Amino acid sequence: MFNVDDSALAETEAPGIRSYLAGQENKTLLRFLTCGSVDDGKSTLIGRLLFDTKLIFEDQLAALEQDSRRHGTNGEDIDLALLVDGLEAEREQGITIDVAYRFFATAKRKFIVADTPGHEQYTRNMATGASTADLAVVLVDARQGILPQTRRHSIIASLLGIRHIVLAVNKIDLVDFDADVFERIAAEYRSFVADLGFRTVVPIPMSARHGDNVTRGSDNTPWYSGPSLLEHLEVVDNEAAPGPRPFRFPVQYVNRPNHEFRGFAGTVASGAIGIGDEVVVAKSGRRTRVKRIVTYDGDLERACEGQAVTLVLQDEVEVSRGNMLVAADARPAVADQFAANVVWFGEQALLPGRMYLLRTETDEVSATVSHLKHRVNIGNFAREAAKSLELNEVGVCNFSLQAPIAFDPFEENRTTGSFILIDRLTNATVGAGMILHPLRRAANIHWQALDVSKASRAAMKHQKPAVLWFTGLSGSGKSTIANLLEKKLHAAGRHTYILDGDNVRHGLNRDLGFTEEDRVENIRRVAEVARLMADAGLIVFVSFISPFRAERRMARDLMEDGEFVEVFVDTPFEECAKRDPKGLYARALRGEIKNFTGVDSPYEPPEKADIHLRTLGRAPEDIADEVEEWLRERGYC
Amino acid sequence: MPKALSHLKRLEAESIHIMREVAATFSKPVMLYSIGKDSSVLLHLALKAFYPAKPPFPFLHVDTTWKFREMIAFRDRMAAELGFDLLVHVNEEGVRDGINPFDHGSNIHTHVMKTVALRQALDKYGFDAAFGGARRDEEKSRAKERIFSFRNAGHAWDPKNQRPEMWKIYNTRVAKDESIRVFPLSNWTELDIWQYILQEKIPIVPLYFAQRRPVVSRDGMLILVDDERMKLLPGEMVEERMVRFRTLGCYPLTGAIESNASTLEEIVAEMLISRTSERQGRLIDRDEAGSMEKKKREGYF
Repeated sequence: MFNVDDSALAETEAPGIRSYLAGQENKTLLRFLTCGSVDDGKSTLIGRLLFDTKLIFEDQLAALEQDSRRHGTNGEDIDLALLVDGLEAEREQGITIDVAYRFFATAKRKFIVADTPGHEQYTRNMATGASTADLAVVLVDARQGILPQTRRHSIIASLLGIRHIVLAVNKIDLVDFDADVFERIAAEYRSFVADLGFRTVVPIPMSARHGDNVTRGSDNTPWYSGPSLLEHLEVVDNEAAPGPRPFRFPVQYVNRPNHEFRGFAGTVASGAIGIGDEVVVAKSGRRTRVKRIVTYDGDLERACEGQAVTLVLQDEVEVSRGNMLVAADARPAVADQFAANVVWFGEQALLPGRMYLLRTETDEVSATVSHLKHRVNIGNFAREAAKSLELNEVGVCNFSLQAPIAFDPFEENRTTGSFILIDRLTNATVGAGMILHPLRRAANIHWQALDVSKASRAAMKHQKPAVLWFTGLSGSGKSTIANLLEKKLHAAGRHTYILDGDNVRHGLNRDLGFTEEDRVENIRRVAEVARLMADAGLIVFVSFISPFRAERRMARDLMEDGEFVEVFVDTPFEECAKRDPKGLYARALRGEIKNFTGVDSPYEPPEKADIHLRTLGRAPEDIADEVEEWLRERGYC
Repeated sequence: MPKALSHLKRLEAESIHIMREVAATFSKPVMLYSIGKDSSVLLHLALKAFYPAKPPFPFLHVDTTWKFREMIAFRDRMAAELGFDLLVHVNEEGVRDGINPFDHGSNIHTHVMKTVALRQALDKYGFDAAFGGARRDEEKSRAKERIFSFRNAGHAWDPKNQRPEMWKIYNTRVAKDESIRVFPLSNWTELDIWQYILQEKIPIVPLYFAQRRPVVSRDGMLILVDDERMKLLPGEMVEERMVRFRTLGCYPLTGAIESNASTLEEIVAEMLISRTSERQGRLIDRDEAGSMEKKKREGYF
């Protein structure tokens, strides 16, 4: 978009257009967001910026006037917020739900502004807008002062790498343009963000609704001598990069149209590369040189940060998506354990031990939080001990990955130091992470290669190792069936073992309770033990309620393909409660036991169990026979 | 080497990056090709993204049977010249029922021949990702949409529950029958599009350039008499006027503007002093406030 003096342009002939466009081309770009608490006037401010920079077209203005009469919150006046609140639900409720991106330009610079929601409920959408921004305009209602959301958004902006803040003390007209109010809010804000690492914090008194200090200075605030918002945005230096950075090229896509050509397509994340330069394949350490830098517009001599190119290497080295080509003399970390800041977006809490998909720009790997170090208290920034991260909370976690990834600390590189977390069942994006540093453990503990293998151990026993995972409600018959089955296999000379939920809780897991966090850890440990036993060549029966799909999935992922057999012991709740062999249902229903599966804690039945046993009306012996038959048909015994 | 990339280079690189992400992570992507200027830019970027290979996905045109004749001729010429894999889908049931914009109005026509037709085509081929040329500066609900925009198994968009989209890390995971609409031009403006077409010499449909054309004035819009299906209402008459189009769609629903701009430079100059947005020429957006969002929730692009 553009902002031009109409009369000057009306005269412009075609030759003038070329030079005008050339000028557009070389303008710098500033990406910023507006954030802060609900009703602080974020959308109105952007509407004001667009309006005052003449970016509202006549048909849009006509629509706005019509809308303002219907949905406006300003009485007879037009409601500028309606220019950006584009969703029906937003207009009806008069709030912002999701981030809107708007584009405008002045004679000096181009801007992309993200208008983000203030409600805590929609923090994930604020973070979306902040992740690509260089500067945050934090709005505060002069009458309200600093609110919890002002703090939350400031912390998230800081964590996401934003280094420039404008504190817009808005609705200054509603406090009679009082300099003291402004000074007090500015001083309070400065002191609480002192440790957040911002390079600039510029407070500006403002009235978005009336335009004071938005695009130009205001006569109403003679005591304020600083720039208007737009004047500041035009000059703030977001390019101040601290010198050259090492070359990083995350490989997106291997381009192989024929046998002669093999190129690695990607975008240069940092630094630059030239033909003949030495590069290293991050994960393998293999060295080679760049032979060609291919683009549709011809080969390049050099490629720099931000360019999307295709690299051809001198040697046939193994590189695939997710790997990184990097400077030979400044390599990234390659590790399967690291510490990171996390912002959590999931409706279900982040739980240590639960497995998530961790995705960097081009790599994807299964990961668990091995340790939740602390949660950050939004009110006073204190570090608090926590067992989980709830929706919109922020904390520091240690991660453990199933395979190493290449990365840099986020502070050094926003592109190679960031990741998202994805829920494996719903595919929802549930968190964002900013890597702090690799953990030493990963570097120093190497897998000890042993000579006697799982296959040789199993062969000696004439059997195929397996983990039969019996899941179902308490009292559904898991242990009874597992016990009968083990007797049968034992009689047939098979080597077996039963891991029983209750028994394990007497020893290995005696330190764990029944909260959601502890249940996840309970399952993780048992799954690891089952894996070791399968590695020893045994047929293992795990008899565990294991109510959550995510944990059963984690257990499955730990085993080799075909080794994990999910057995759903399907007995209706009513029947289990009636049997109640240990008297637990009666107590749970009286409220004497908390977090009891099926009563006040959920059971997520398997969507597609390997063996589905409907027990109602059947003798346990019959059922055990059925499982044995299943195993025999598939060569387990 | 310049210190920073120029504005268009930056946009180009971002779009190429997005296209490569899709090719690398989806099993069956498709690029929607609507023949307009944005589609022309999209096609050009796809050629760049995968060079020296050809784009590793087919192109799909959902033909409402009411497009300008020049658009169809242009489409076929581009497919032949560039040798890309072009799929054309028409909602045959809609044709059988005689759905047309004159008798049924823009709402029903667009729903049956565009939205439903698109859903049919996506289901027929089982595409799990579909590129579109939409830009955030076009319309208010588009300004709210993610670059990777999730669609449920019924192709519906849920604007109140979009996935967070952090940095350039795109969550490309979908379950069976779910899909993602991908908008590589999200951050381009109308000016960027024209400037890029000028810089890269990208071919576009001649309807964008001013020429004497037969038009009828109807509902405050100038409608081109593109074929014999256009019946005149009482009092209407066909006039030859110097006109061009800012956007292209179904000819009965797309208003021309009076203009003398017959070169790209003149088009840009005209756009710079324009006081109306490009979508003003689109009848389908005017039906009611929030109409674009509604269409998108039903599966429209």
